[in-house]
Amino acid sequence: MALLDVQDLAVSFVTRNGTNKAVDGVSFSVELGKITAIIGESGSGKSVACYSLLGLVPMPPGRIDGGRALFEGRDLLQLEESELRKIRGRDIAMIFQDPMTCLNPYMTIGKQLMEPLVYHHHVKKEQARARALELLAEVGIRDPESTIDDFPHQFSGGMRQRVMIAMALINEPKLLIADEPTTALDVTIQAQILKLIAELQEKRDIGVIFISHDLAVVADIADQIVVMKQGQIVETGNRESIFHNAQHPYTKKLLAAIPTDSKQARGGVAEPLIQVRDLCTWFSQDKGKEPVKAVNKVSFDINRGEVLGLVGESGSGKSTIGRSILRLVPVTSGEVLFDGTDLTALEGRDLKAMRRRMQMIFQDPFASLNPRMTVYDTLAEPLLLHGIENRATVGKGVLKLMDDVGLARAFVRKYPHEFSGGQRQRIAIGRALATRPEFIVADEPVSALDVTIQAQILDLMQQLGREYGLTMLFVSHDLAVVRHLADRILVLYKGEVVEQGSGDDLFEHPQQPYTRQLLTSIPGRSLLA
Amino acid sequence: MNTQTINDIAQAEQGTSLWKDAWLRLRKNHLAVFGLVTLVLFIVIALLTPWIAPYSYQAQNLELGASPPSAAHWLGTDIFGRDLMTQIMYGGRISLAVGFVATTVALLIGVTWGAVAGYVGGRADAVMMRLVDILYALPFMIFIVLLTVVFGRNMLLLFLAIGAVEWLTMARIMRGQVQSLRQQEFVEAAISLGLSPATLIRRHLVPNALGPIIVYTTLTIPNVMLLEAFLSFLGLGIQPPQTSWGLLISYGAETMEEYPWLLIFPGLALTLTLFSLNFLGDGLRDALDVRGAKD
Amino acid sequence: MLRFITLRLLQAIPVILVVITVTFFLVRIAPGGPFDSEKPVTREVKAALEAQYKLDLPLFQQYTSYLGDLAQGDLGPSFKYPGRSVNELIAAGFPVTAELGFYALLVAVGIGGLAGVIAALKPNTAQDYIPMSLAMIGICMPSFLLGPLLVLVFGIHLDWLPVSGWGDIPGDKILPSITLGAGYAAYIARLGRAGMLEVLSQDYIRTARAKGLPEWQVVLKHSLRGGLIPVVAFLGPAFAGLLAGSFVVETIFQIPGLGRFYVQAAFNRDYTMILGTTVFLSVLIVLFNLLSDVLAAWMNPRLRAQFGH
Repeated sequence: MALLDVQDLAVSFVTRNGTNKAVDGVSFSVELGKITAIIGESGSGKSVACYSLLGLVPMPPGRIDGGRALFEGRDLLQLEESELRKIRGRDIAMIFQDPMTCLNPYMTIGKQLMEPLVYHHHVKKEQARARALELLAEVGIRDPESTIDDFPHQFSGGMRQRVMIAMALINEPKLLIADEPTTALDVTIQAQILKLIAELQEKRDIGVIFISHDLAVVADIADQIVVMKQGQIVETGNRESIFHNAQHPYTKKLLAAIPTDSKQARGGVAEPLIQVRDLCTWFSQDKGKEPVKAVNKVSFDINRGEVLGLVGESGSGKSTIGRSILRLVPVTSGEVLFDGTDLTALEGRDLKAMRRRMQMIFQDPFASLNPRMTVYDTLAEPLLLHGIENRATVGKGVLKLMDDVGLARAFVRKYPHEFSGGQRQRIAIGRALATRPEFIVADEPVSALDVTIQAQILDLMQQLGREYGLTMLFVSHDLAVVRHLADRILVLYKGEVVEQGSGDDLFEHPQQPYTRQLLTSIPGRSLLA
Repeated sequence: MNTQTINDIAQAEQGTSLWKDAWLRLRKNHLAVFGLVTLVLFIVIALLTPWIAPYSYQAQNLELGASPPSAAHWLGTDIFGRDLMTQIMYGGRISLAVGFVATTVALLIGVTWGAVAGYVGGRADAVMMRLVDILYALPFMIFIVLLTVVFGRNMLLLFLAIGAVEWLTMARIMRGQVQSLRQQEFVEAAISLGLSPATLIRRHLVPNALGPIIVYTTLTIPNVMLLEAFLSFLGLGIQPPQTSWGLLISYGAETMEEYPWLLIFPGLALTLTLFSLNFLGDGLRDALDVRGAKD
Repeated sequence: MLRFITLRLLQAIPVILVVITVTFFLVRIAPGGPFDSEKPVTREVKAALEAQYKLDLPLFQQYTSYLGDLAQGDLGPSFKYPGRSVNELIAAGFPVTAELGFYALLVAVGIGGLAGVIAALKPNTAQDYIPMSLAMIGICMPSFLLGPLLVLVFGIHLDWLPVSGWGDIPGDKILPSITLGAGYAAYIARLGRAGMLEVLSQDYIRTARAKGLPEWQVVLKHSLRGGLIPVVAFLGPAFAGLLAGSFVVETIFQIPGLGRFYVQAAFNRDYTMILGTTVFLSVLIVLFNLLSDVLAAWMNPRLRAQFGH
């Protein structure tokens, strides 16, 4: 018998604007000793479905419309809150997406760790502490004795997620619900946490629900995969059938959105458009402290028409390099030659003229558009500023840009908040292209988007890159995406270039240990290769 | 532009700007609408007082003395037989004027100071905000009492003194706004387009900082009016022959045992105004969603 | 932590110096000397008086001499109460004001904090609307209006409580304390509600619920500390406000406290008294600000660590 058996679960949210069916007739089951992955994009209802089982959806506005969720023979949906509370944290435990915000900043991790044990099993403080120390050691916290009385802010993101896992497992639950537990982490840390979850699950022989937006993440660990879209399940199957024999078009689309190929090398002569020489961008801290060397002695070229991928984890300085080239942050030393002109020395009118030739696409489509300007205003501003169109022709120019980036002309007088993330990113791309630039810095342009939208935006960028003859610096933490898009790849670590080469070179013959570590961390590599 | 494009753009569906959105939300907030209507009403009355007041401001009727509300005097009369409604109307002119003028003073100083500090940043910012911190630590209420003692009691001083206290908060809010806006990606995008600082401020910073400024301005006015009433009550603010709600409340409190209406009606006028401003301010804060951007 | 306190104390010194200096010169440039008014005095008497109060010295020497006295804790003689020093007057009035302020603070924090927390637990229900409506009334009903109204209702109409004095008749401390504390209770209620709502929406509260903790533990152990930090930080400014509010409340209820002395001194142009009291109250306010800042920082482990070493 299944550990958890969910049948026809339906959850809706009642708001002033009507009722919204978040989960609509969802059925799945979890076996002891197995991992069930629930996959879906934002708004698919994957988290709501699991939270509602434990009574963690606030009601109102939430409402359970029907269904059954049998856990060890009891229907969770019918239990009183007091009964459910006894199950939560004891038989069913949870870990969450963002380890930075999920631990109470005002309590030591030791206290937080012991809390479920003390509350559910009335264990004495000393015993609970001993158990907490054991678990901390088991999840790979070094020197638990001296860190158990530290506060969460003293741990890194990966370490906090380990603490969360220890906290979830301290009562030896039978079911663990992990809600996007690696999404907020760097790729190498993600690999470690995935491995840890799989190991602990196997050792304890418990059931796991692994919620994720990313099929690739669960490729190595899931036994059963449930694909959700808009509150409904579109496909359920074991790992092999989902990855190799997907039936539903949506599943196929999700699979197709995972970039697996490497861009073909381009021919032609290499003529550098951008030459970066010994670039240093340091940020000063308080007096007496060493400055943060975000970018340290970095040199590279970008050839005309080339897409250079810049890969690194958080804190590697990859975004700062892009912003340094565009003069958005003050450069400490070094040169950036654009078509032979040193950008770091330019001021005033000369700088403005150069700015026209290089533009940027930002990560967060919610923050990168002025919320008080219509699409028309946003796109017309660069056209008029640089005299590309005059007052009489600007309307035409705006519409042309909208056509180019695939936005319906009817949206021209709308405001950013009326668009989805993908549409906003299209507007932002349109703004960047408006000045007819030769060079574009794309800073994680798709990492805030759902996977299927990611694929669309990447396609658009490739197509426009060709049409506009763009040279591009593509900054990303995602090696697979970069490999798909870039002619050459630069690997960054702590502000310095570790290795560079074509996608194939790097993937097949990595020279540096850090590059190798990055590569082995790419989720689902074995299955997709 | 050919006619085709003009048509395309003109016929495109008009989007809902954040301002319009906020207005729609504000309209649904009954308390805020009540506040707005009451406030407008009071302001109109204050502006028209010399023409619509039922009695002249100086008119006394010592024979009548203090009388409770009646047909001739809707809100009664004070011990000199002066019509209370007329007194409250003239007092409202002063109270509201102090509220609005002193808030404007605070707004001008605070917004400029905060915007400059936030925009320039670095050492200038540190020095400017350090000064604000120091001023914050000063016991201003006591200082205002002191000032009125030293320089006598005049309105201009009152405006300046109150404005000088209230600008500090305004400066902090404005600086926070500018600083957080400067880190927004759309501002970086505007810089990389090559916009001049003036255009950048006008098109991208000011419209986005306006919401919080409006909200805090609305919430500063009642504070200022309270301060004025407080000082007038102590006899340190507005002086006869001028009057204000605070002064009327102070007179009313002296004789409340015999003539309670002299306390209650001016108190009601002040409280109702403060209510309106606070409701409106809270409503604006929700409608403009000042705490953080939402998607 | 110690470094933080020392740092803040060092920063407080210039503030206090500024207060003393500004107050001193403001009082000295005030039009009219203290002996000009009322009954005229002969030139000799005036000269003698000015010598006694050191007014015959050059201004700057008066200043340094005042600072010198101040350093020894001497605030000088009163102008209007000959033979009594400002120190004596403050010593007489301050205990009363301090007691009043303490009770008012109890009202403010106790009732306000509780109301704020209760409202935040069930937002947008009657449990939220009722205390918050009361808080709104408290904010819009200044003490100089609330005081007389309370006197009118509870003192005169119902005749339940005495309407003046301090410590003379049982129960005479109730109305003044409520009058002074009500406005701050209202403010703290709103602040506490906002703070609690903010904390209750945090991810770590969801973690606490996922552990199966009962709601009261979620609130007490996980929310209260973070939610009330803004309230603690507000205590400094609230203290300053309470002192100023005591001017009014002591006048309404005829309480012989420092606030009433101060207002009387202001009317009497008793310059040394004004000067002395301003300095005394300023130092007190600056110290209390410091205290509430330190307390708020101490409640936040991140800040505590930052200043700890």
